[in-house]
Amino acid sequence: MTDEMPVLTMNKITKTFPGVKALSSVDFRLFKGEVHAIMGQNGAGKSTLVKVLTGVHAQDSGEILLEGKPIRPESPLAAQKLGISTVYQEINLCPNLTVAENIFAGRQPMRRGRGRSFWRFFFGGILSLFVPRIDWKEMTKRSEEILKRLNIVIDVTQILSSYSIAIQQLVAIARVLDISSKILILDEPTSSLDESEVEQLFKVVRSLRDQGLAIIFITHFLDQTYQISDRITILKNGEFVGEFQAKALPKLDLIAKMLGKELSEFSYATERDQRKMTATSAGKDAKNLLTVKNLGLRGSIAPFDLELDEAEVLGLAGLLGSGRTEMARLIFGIDGANQGEIRVRGKKSAINSPRNAMMAGIGFCSEDRKNEGIFSDLTVRENIILALQAKNGVFKFISPRRQLEVADELIKSLAIVTASANSMAGQLSGGNQQKVMLARWLATNPAILILDEPTRGIDVGAKLEIMELILSLSRRGMGLIFISSEFEEVVRCSSRIAVLKDKVKIAELDGDDINETSIMRTIAGGN
Amino acid sequence: MTPLKSLGRNKLLWPLVALGVLLLFNLLFTPHFFRMEIKQGHLYGNLIDILKNGAPIMLLAIGMTLVIATHGIDISVGSVVAISSGVVALLIGGDLKGVPKYPILVAMAAALVVCTLAGMWNGMLVSRIRMQPIIATLILFVAGRGIAMVFTKSMIIWLYAKPFALLGQGYVLGIPFSIYIVLFILLLTFIFTRRTAIGMFIEAVGINPTAARFSGIKSQNIIFWVYTFCGLCAGIAGLIVCSTVMSADGNNAGKLFELDAILAVVLGGTSLNGGKFYLFGSVIGALIIQTLTTTIYALGVPADVAPVVKAFVVWAVCLMQSPRFRARIVRVFARRELST
Repeated sequence: MTDEMPVLTMNKITKTFPGVKALSSVDFRLFKGEVHAIMGQNGAGKSTLVKVLTGVHAQDSGEILLEGKPIRPESPLAAQKLGISTVYQEINLCPNLTVAENIFAGRQPMRRGRGRSFWRFFFGGILSLFVPRIDWKEMTKRSEEILKRLNIVIDVTQILSSYSIAIQQLVAIARVLDISSKILILDEPTSSLDESEVEQLFKVVRSLRDQGLAIIFITHFLDQTYQISDRITILKNGEFVGEFQAKALPKLDLIAKMLGKELSEFSYATERDQRKMTATSAGKDAKNLLTVKNLGLRGSIAPFDLELDEAEVLGLAGLLGSGRTEMARLIFGIDGANQGEIRVRGKKSAINSPRNAMMAGIGFCSEDRKNEGIFSDLTVRENIILALQAKNGVFKFISPRRQLEVADELIKSLAIVTASANSMAGQLSGGNQQKVMLARWLATNPAILILDEPTRGIDVGAKLEIMELILSLSRRGMGLIFISSEFEEVVRCSSRIAVLKDKVKIAELDGDDINETSIMRTIAGGN
Repeated sequence: MTPLKSLGRNKLLWPLVALGVLLLFNLLFTPHFFRMEIKQGHLYGNLIDILKNGAPIMLLAIGMTLVIATHGIDISVGSVVAISSGVVALLIGGDLKGVPKYPILVAMAAALVVCTLAGMWNGMLVSRIRMQPIIATLILFVAGRGIAMVFTKSMIIWLYAKPFALLGQGYVLGIPFSIYIVLFILLLTFIFTRRTAIGMFIEAVGINPTAARFSGIKSQNIIFWVYTFCGLCAGIAGLIVCSTVMSADGNNAGKLFELDAILAVVLGGTSLNGGKFYLFGSVIGALIIQTLTTTIYALGVPADVAPVVKAFVVWAVCLMQSPRFRARIVRVFARRELST
């Protein structure tokens, strides 16, 4: 394989953003018929490298060779015309168009003439022979065919946003799969898919690879990297670390190279044992923070009970669509419950809006950073101060100097990587945006913090930091509700786990039952 | 960051450059444009005219800025101007001896109350009933003229109460009184938005309404009060319009003002997508529009052709503000530097 000429060569690519060197002299090669993973922590430069390749950013120096010829795509469209297609981490489709329209946006099948169209009537039937229009039937039919290849059978005439994020992601993939391409880039395609969907996707990816497509795969899931990729390129802090055959690179080496240090797998275990001991010793007189009784909303989640004590991490485990997020949204007052009650520190609270929840001492970091969390055009400082300012009220203005103090302190303690507190939040990497959201709530000093998928779409190192943060917050007495699709993470962090399935809370696990096997068994048993 | 670079990032720079270019053009090609005279202790001249005639649009632009920052729009302000002048004319009355029916201050206050209510109506439709802003304000855009006609009984009411003329025609210390009103409202709004958290909340709501709600911001209230304030601004503008011509015409007062106001906001650097807003930019935007109008008339361009010239200049200014276009210009210059 190494003897043939690579379909794509990127030589000494350098790209600088204001205050940050995103890529410095990075090399990358891609061959026909291979899946090539790009690995690295947040801010390692994976996304930037892909964006240079797809024409979103122009490199400061370095060259790109596609099949030996130098290219310099000026826009994603230009890149697509060259045969470089991308599915981005955050879904870039139009939620208010139908599935079929999304798949064919910009290249709708057209047809001329025939039929009882307005134009035929208008032009007396002659000109209509020459007026092209969208062939809706053909579009629907072909969309269904394309999706069937991914084993998805849905009504393609429905609006995209009526489907789950997982389906939307697959539609995004279907769209680029249908555009004939030489290179397919998958940027975190699996971060919102459940296991069977991931397998489904991989099946497609493998068959495409066998047909000779060159595929760039970016993910934070180590296991998936090994499942699917033939070759791995590692980046760190915008620098090229090395290119390896996947089979010849042990997992631990990969992690070590990404982090630039050895990952101690055992720190969690000891951490948890310690915590368990303190929990059992303090368990009896731990103060109750949150009691939820019979809270439910028809069509969203079945009525459930929940308790949360001081210094406790309650994990919510379940598959995608099991009702974890719905549960969190009810507790935070985003969706109004139609039955049940919430007590905070024993006091009954009528929580029917996020504002009420905040005033009662609850914080909530949404899983959907882009749409429900970050204000990309506001500065990091403003992003951090917003909730506190809202809590104080409009007229108790926090002076700019005090704002900066609060922000700087949180930037430091959460190790947020940003040029300054006055940089735009949109410029930060995913993991750092996640930390900014966390900082926003920490500034309000909540008693209860709900974290919905705080580790989604961020790299191993940042995941570690977030989990360590969760533990240290709970040590300080905060009660946390932690949601993650990764059972491993839930197990590592939680002192108790609520298991959900099909919008019902089916069990609670504690003590020695906190392990991945019991969770899976509970879900499989489904009593 | 070098001072030059930070200047280049300053959002006020481009509107100011546009205004400067316009004035420079006048300096070179329009005779006597900058001539100032003192007549009866007042300043007279084109520049003063620009400030005086631009006052209503500047006021509308201030209110509109906040509405647009929340990712909204208010196309009813022109009609509210008509309502305002209708109410004030009705209450002062067309007495030929110049004796007002009700005290002038009472009449003005009543007009402002009615306009504030009109703003509240818009705010309620957008924030509580969650109508799309352009549809919600379209209702008052259409109905407002009708309401104004009810007040003026479908006639043009002429006013003769002298003291009322101060608002639109009067001078204090040689400067038009309306300019003081604009400055007062501008400073008040600036302090109110930037020395409290309101400005940040407005921007947050405009950038990401869901995230704003999730952060505990009362988005609905913010949106409601922003439209209300816009109505109030339109009311004040209506008083000035009415006072300038000393008459109220339900059909034509404030006609198409909403478009000039929106244009002023956009010229001033605030995006129609909501988010960051620039009050001073909007006022400069209004000045650009007014300078342009005055220039066109000073050059003797026929009134029929004037809109075309105006459209062309506006197009050029908008192009100048587009970051993409600027980047392209910079690239062209960079290449030239490389080749030399």
